[in-house]
Amino acid sequence: MLNQFLLLGAVLFCIGVYGVIARKNTVLVLMSIELILNAVNINLLAFGAMHGDITGAVFALFIIAVAAAEVGVGLAMVLIIYRNRASVDLDDVDSMRG
Amino acid sequence: MVAQNIFFYVIAATMVGSALVVVTSRNVVHSALALIVVFGGVAAQFVILAGEFVAVTQVLVYIGAIMVLVLFGIMLTRAKIGRDPDMTNDHWWVGVVTAVLLVGVMGYALVDRFGDDALPADRRIDAVNGSNTATVSDAIFSQYLIPFEVISVLLLSALVGAIVIARKDR
Repeated sequence: MLNQFLLLGAVLFCIGVYGVIARKNTVLVLMSIELILNAVNINLLAFGAMHGDITGAVFALFIIAVAAAEVGVGLAMVLIIYRNRASVDLDDVDSMRG
Repeated sequence: MVAQNIFFYVIAATMVGSALVVVTSRNVVHSALALIVVFGGVAAQFVILAGEFVAVTQVLVYIGAIMVLVLFGIMLTRAKIGRDPDMTNDHWWVGVVTAVLLVGVMGYALVDRFGDDALPADRRIDAVNGSNTATVSDAIFSQYLIPFEVISVLLLSALVGAIVIARKDR
């Protein structure tokens, strides 16, 4: 029973990693990061249930709070990129390229 | 236990399918709506794992707040809502290779190490109070009080930072 939760978390994590690498739209990359964080939360809850320890649930709550902060700041950055460049395409944001 | 397994596999199949829609759909709004399905499935898995409080928080914060923010972001940054053929970049196959390798390695490691570990049938941590919610609140406000306060300050600073970054009059 434990392993199926861990494998579900691993599959969701890898789908999120694919989204981060392959997507062009900045908002979609942020959404893929949310997928990754959710996969980690499933793992935390599964290990907490296996060990009979509440720490997993507590840290899942902390991760949810950090994800909310991350999305807020991330979308603010997306908005200002859009305002400056009229595009949310990640390939257009290449001013660091030499 | 059998009913739990059936529900797990039904919900897990829905979640994986919706997650694939999130990362492959050519329509941004469809991706966002599929992401809501994934978040709801994650909340259901939390219920199966006896984390009721985390499940309710997941619904409130992710579906209620984060998805509204993401939809706001989509509406504010895209003039056209609809199909856009130019959504995946040219080296998407790097992502496929990375994800398949990663799921192979992680799957092998997990099956190898936790292949025959079982979850306890009664997943209530504190059988006296009969709910994990009481145990969670006890842990947050005693053992994890300092991390909790740090998270509060982090949320406040993220809020202020988001406003400072996104405001127009500069």
